[in-house]
Amino acid sequence: MGQGVMNVLLVALGGALGGAGRLAISNLMAHWLGKAFPWGTLVVNTTGALAAGWLLGWQGLSDTASVLWLFSIAGLLGGYTTVSSFSLQTLELWHGGQAGRAALNAGATMTLGIVMATLGWALSKGFS
Amino acid sequence: MSVWKNYLAVGLGSGVGSALRYGVSLVSQAALGSHFPWGTLLVNVLGSGLIGWLAAQALRFPQGQLARLHPLLIAGFCGGFTTFSLFSLETLHFVTTGRPWAGLLYVMVSLPLWLTAALLGERLALSCR
Repeated sequence: MGQGVMNVLLVALGGALGGAGRLAISNLMAHWLGKAFPWGTLVVNTTGALAAGWLLGWQGLSDTASVLWLFSIAGLLGGYTTVSSFSLQTLELWHGGQAGRAALNAGATMTLGIVMATLGWALSKGFS
Repeated sequence: MSVWKNYLAVGLGSGVGSALRYGVSLVSQAALGSHFPWGTLLVNVLGSGLIGWLAAQALRFPQGQLARLHPLLIAGFCGGFTTFSLFSLETLHFVTTGRPWAGLLYVMVSLPLWLTAALLGERLALSCR
């Protein structure tokens, strides 16, 4: 039981830090590139996928209850990346009569997510 | 709202959302097994539905409690509850373990479900009086 509580706290701590990091990147991207396109969410999701792929290659899926996995993958990167904001922003683009941008956002997010995760995985394999 | 209060609210919401996501993944693994990432699919669909509902409510009542708690609930809780990194990892895992079609299916099922959930959440908020 004590271990279970510890695990949840590790995920929560990582998730809190990741969420704050996501806010910082979103603000930064909105400041640099404007708010016409959800750059911030695209950047956090693609960089988060890269980091997750790298960690998967380095750590493997063998021990998903390890401190490192709980804090970094379930917590930090889970909180840093987001699907809910992606869904809402894609829907808002579409509602705003920008179906092209909505499709671009969806296509870019899905494609880059997989590509970046694969790249991160390959990078970690290359170094080991 | 000051900048730091905003970060604190998002961090707090994201931490709680992440812990709950972890709980959902444990329960779904115990109930449905780990052949398919049901837990991640579930949190991402639920979180998309919730954010659609919350955003529409906050827009309808700009002075309301929900609008005031926007950073805590929307960028915070919904953001932490859903995860794109795990989704990418699970897709990659399908491919690296020789099941590329399962990976493709996971992607093709997830995207429309996320968007439909957000749309339904929004509709639900707009249809309530």
